[in-house]
Amino acid sequence: MTVSMGKRAGKPRRRMEQFSAADAAIMIIIVLLCLTCVLPFVHVIAKSLSSSAAVLSKRVFFWPEGFNWDAYTRVLNSSLMVSQLGFTAQITIAQTVLSLVVTALCAYPLSRRYLPGRFVITMIIMVTMYFSAGLIPTYLLYKDIGILNTVWALVLPGAFSAYNMLIMRTYFMTSIPDSLEESAIIDGASHFTVFARIWLPLSKPVFATLALWVAVARWNGYADAMYYTTKRTLQPIQYLLYNMILSARPSESLSGESQIGAALSAPEALQCAVIMFATVPILVIYPFLQKYFVKGVMLGAVKG
Amino acid sequence: MIAQRSLGRPLKRSFGTGSVPGRAIAAAAKYWQLYAMLVLPLAFVILFNYCVYPNLRIAFMNYRPAKGWASDWVGMGTFAKVFKDKDFFRAFRNTLVFNIADIILQFPAPIILALMINELRAKAFKRVSQTILYLPHFLSSVIVASVAYTLFRPETGLVNVALTNAGFIAKGIPFLTEKWHWVITYLTINIWQQIGWGSIIYLAAMMGIDPTLYEAATVDGAGRFKRLRHVTLPGIRPTIVMLLIMRMGQLLGSGFERLNAFGNVNVREFQYQLSIYVYEKGLGPAGDFSRSAAVGLFQTLVGLVMVLLSDRAAKLLGEDGLV
Repeated sequence: MTVSMGKRAGKPRRRMEQFSAADAAIMIIIVLLCLTCVLPFVHVIAKSLSSSAAVLSKRVFFWPEGFNWDAYTRVLNSSLMVSQLGFTAQITIAQTVLSLVVTALCAYPLSRRYLPGRFVITMIIMVTMYFSAGLIPTYLLYKDIGILNTVWALVLPGAFSAYNMLIMRTYFMTSIPDSLEESAIIDGASHFTVFARIWLPLSKPVFATLALWVAVARWNGYADAMYYTTKRTLQPIQYLLYNMILSARPSESLSGESQIGAALSAPEALQCAVIMFATVPILVIYPFLQKYFVKGVMLGAVKG
Repeated sequence: MIAQRSLGRPLKRSFGTGSVPGRAIAAAAKYWQLYAMLVLPLAFVILFNYCVYPNLRIAFMNYRPAKGWASDWVGMGTFAKVFKDKDFFRAFRNTLVFNIADIILQFPAPIILALMINELRAKAFKRVSQTILYLPHFLSSVIVASVAYTLFRPETGLVNVALTNAGFIAKGIPFLTEKWHWVITYLTINIWQQIGWGSIIYLAAMMGIDPTLYEAATVDGAGRFKRLRHVTLPGIRPTIVMLLIMRMGQLLGSGFERLNAFGNVNVREFQYQLSIYVYEKGLGPAGDFSRSAAVGLFQTLVGLVMVLLSDRAAKLLGEDGLV
């Protein structure tokens, strides 16, 4: 390659090309794409802050008409909404913490190249990525071990994921030099100490990434609540929202489950306020963790 | 961190024995802390994955709740019943067609976006737009569906109101309430939701391309498009192949939460896919556990076979493949 560089070798690498029509076209496309991500939510916010009359007369676009907080106060006055928001926050935090602990405990030993049996154990765990038993066998297991219709069915099974473990393991193996471990062990440190004092403090990015993924997945999920629970107190916020939109859909036959939805159903402003309650927590944590997760995705691409 | 469970401590004396069990004991003694860390995670894997596998036997039984695990064995009988089932056929057809459409339309979208982002030179613009484009990935299917209904309702949806006010249409378009429109809207929203997130991995692969290749291409007179065609694309090719193989494993996958959130009576013809089938037949009023489990097993097996086949095909074509 250096040969073809010819006499220009040593000059600045790539000459800046002129800002061309192609650049302009790309920027316009990307701006439009970004607008499709932002405008729907501006619209939802505007509707949630508008009077019902304005919403019904289709006057609300991207700015509230007849500004008021009624929809939000109505949500906050609904004890069901408030208690289930709190419940969702609790299971989200619990699952995230548990997940980080279990994943790290698994990833660290498996990241030690010298550990006998490491390959076999990794394989045992990876099988679960490609072979899932499916809904009914899982349902029967939960029934047998007695976690059906309890909060544990929503917290425990999602706490460990082979994929997340592999990402953390790759991080432990590639981003922290093994020489740190060697010198600590020579100084008499135990494996626990090396893990807790050296590896954990150096692994903030991967912890932030996985925390974001697990927390978002738990906050956003509702299928497991639909599968494994029937109690109203165990319904995550997304499930309530699902019941609400269900009741607002055309000619939907209302099944027993959507009675709550029917009860809440829904001046559109109210629906929009609930959408905001379900979205805002994600919008709040997202910017703080965003700088980390790109790295996490890249680690996922490295084959273990 | 964890209860100090000693796996090998009393055996420490036998350290250094040459035989296989001897070496295992020696390793256990030397690394017991590392093995102890694995106890809790392995307990999770065994309980929530490996303990589920034996329950797959239900697919080969005619499960009756009254009899429980003492129900009659029927061998492949359940599968024979399933493959004759009209509902199954419809769900299977929809799942397959949606996945093929998704692979053709959605799979290339992040690659194209990554190529465009890669061409951006204004740093701040690049950063801000990426942040915005990744966001939809983090929204739940219920939120996306509710926002979609807010935007696309025939009478009151923003898009239809705007189009009507502008005089383009006289009557609202039933984006989500007529089955053919629904297919297009559903697939498009999926592209929209995943395009930004999907591009990250390709952008990462592009960063890994040796810059001297670009220099050489420039010196040889390659313009931007030629560099894209002859340097960037070949550079991300292994990533594309790997992701395509993994995508093939999802050929019969159908996300329950999304489909369920987007469903309504008018579009059930197409929205009825395998995940809905498994849920309704299994946990619905019918409660046919065996049939539902058989379909779930079928989905998993097809996925496995597809991964192995496409990995094989990739290798025959001279690509790296998965492993």
